[in-house]
Amino acid sequence: MTRTLLPVLTMLGALVVLWYLAVAPMNIRVALDQAERAGADVVPEGSVARRDVSVWRLMAQNGEHIRAGYDLNRPRLPTPAQVGQELWKTTGEMAMKGRAWSKRSLIYHGWITLKSTLWGFLLGTTLGIIGAVAIVYSRVADMSLMPWAIISQTIPIVALAPMIIVLSSQIGVEERGLPKAIISAYLCYFPVLVGMVKGLRAPEVSQLDLLRTYDASGVQSFLKLRLPASVPYLFTSLKVGIAAALVGTIVGELPTGAISGLGARILIGDQFGTPLAIWSALFAAAILAGLLVTLLDLAQRIALRRMGATP
Amino acid sequence: MSALGLALAFWIGAWLLNIWLANSRWRDTRAVRIAVPVLFGVTLLVLWEGIVRGLNVSPVILPAPSVVAQTFAASTDLLWVDFVQTVLKGALRGYVIGFVAAVLCAIAIDRSAFLTRGLLPIGNFFAALPIVGVAPIMVNWFGFDWQSKAAVVVVMVFFPILVNMVQGLRATDAMQRDLMRTYAASYTQTLIKLRLPAAMPFLFNGMKIATTLALVGAIVAEYFGSPTRGMGFRISTGVGSLSIDLVWAEIAVAAMVGTGFYGLMAWIEKRVTFWHPSQRN
Repeated sequence: MTRTLLPVLTMLGALVVLWYLAVAPMNIRVALDQAERAGADVVPEGSVARRDVSVWRLMAQNGEHIRAGYDLNRPRLPTPAQVGQELWKTTGEMAMKGRAWSKRSLIYHGWITLKSTLWGFLLGTTLGIIGAVAIVYSRVADMSLMPWAIISQTIPIVALAPMIIVLSSQIGVEERGLPKAIISAYLCYFPVLVGMVKGLRAPEVSQLDLLRTYDASGVQSFLKLRLPASVPYLFTSLKVGIAAALVGTIVGELPTGAISGLGARILIGDQFGTPLAIWSALFAAAILAGLLVTLLDLAQRIALRRMGATP
Repeated sequence: MSALGLALAFWIGAWLLNIWLANSRWRDTRAVRIAVPVLFGVTLLVLWEGIVRGLNVSPVILPAPSVVAQTFAASTDLLWVDFVQTVLKGALRGYVIGFVAAVLCAIAIDRSAFLTRGLLPIGNFFAALPIVGVAPIMVNWFGFDWQSKAAVVVVMVFFPILVNMVQGLRATDAMQRDLMRTYAASYTQTLIKLRLPAAMPFLFNGMKIATTLALVGAIVAEYFGSPTRGMGFRISTGVGSLSIDLVWAEIAVAAMVGTGFYGLMAWIEKRVTFWHPSQRN
């Protein structure tokens, strides 16, 4: 644990430093425009004249205004501290005031996204496991399904996302959760399918033969040998799958006028020109992904220990 | 209802034929291996056509595949313009830039075992994040044209390729590196003659994952603003103006490009890593 903790922290620290360094050149133009409007002297004058001057020269000529770039209301690139503040303002602070479920709180939007993600994850995992069982037990399914499962993942589903949303609303499903769940299930079923096929085929011939000498039926050898043997593979692909499901939900929220969910926050932040809202929604999505994967990792450790695996 | 009945009959017939083929004595020949999935795909299309015709589904909701094919043939010029804008300008340029950046970054970081240990968990985490969300930020930074799409693609393909390349560079074992040392090989020689070739299976793994991501990034970024051409632009405006058949034609292009791009990478992989156990039959 400590062997990786220190390097990870070093890398994260380096990233934050790089980020802070990048803020100055990214925001210098906005900062200079603002300073000029406030009456300060800026070289060269007028934002049109500055457009052809490189940011490095602007920074060298207007050293005293660089600091202003770190404290803008609508920065091109906010500082990590600004993003952190915004994140806290829309989660912890609102929760403490008892407004956790307000429409402006990221907890509410995160919950909407989480709900669709979990539905999609459930649907995708079920489809993936059923598909894997079919593929392992039936030659026809193996030969006809497997190539299409691979091809399905090379098709950019986002092209279909607006279609799925429009289709389901025309069929009469007004609830936005369903189309989003379908998109995330589409992204999530594949890792589960591939992992489960591998896992169900993991038992060796000698083990299957042993069960045959016990006169075990097909169902028995499935329940007592193939299924337990596939559990480590299942958990590994579930971790990939839940991250994919979250990506799917957010993609489903991005394209067409959704109003709730983290993806919708990104869209709204774009339309209203509030970069801080976009960045804080992005970070909330990252935190959500981290939480979900960690939870599954924990479940995997507990399940494998219960099943007698040595760590 | 007769169209639906015909489609159902075709479905059952194709199913029985597939079962027979898969259990026949030619089941391991190349022809059957290709025929079975193709038959399955054709059956899906026939079922789709049958349902749309038999149940009189409005073309605004779901056009039949034959209608989509007609639209496709009629508007190849338009589709080509969108293809150039989204795939050749946005996705491909971003893919190449992201690929070069990730490989160089991996080789640089690989010189320090300490940094590698720190990078792998972070890179894996970033690769799992919904990075498409940066699309509006990139459109804000780089404008409406292909540059912003390429930027989104760069960010999206960077982490999967980086993580796989770093792992690939660590794939040689101590024995092989020791052998190079007994030859008095320099760092560069070891890198070029031993470690880069050994990293290729890993690298191609990342590159294949990145093909779909590149298309996803280029298309989603167009939802946030683009010139009046491009696949994402056409899809979002097509949904709005109810020209659903054109949207499906666009989706067909996206599917073909995605499959073709992936297939191309798999083909190159086969030529480059012919020595790897997974490529030998």
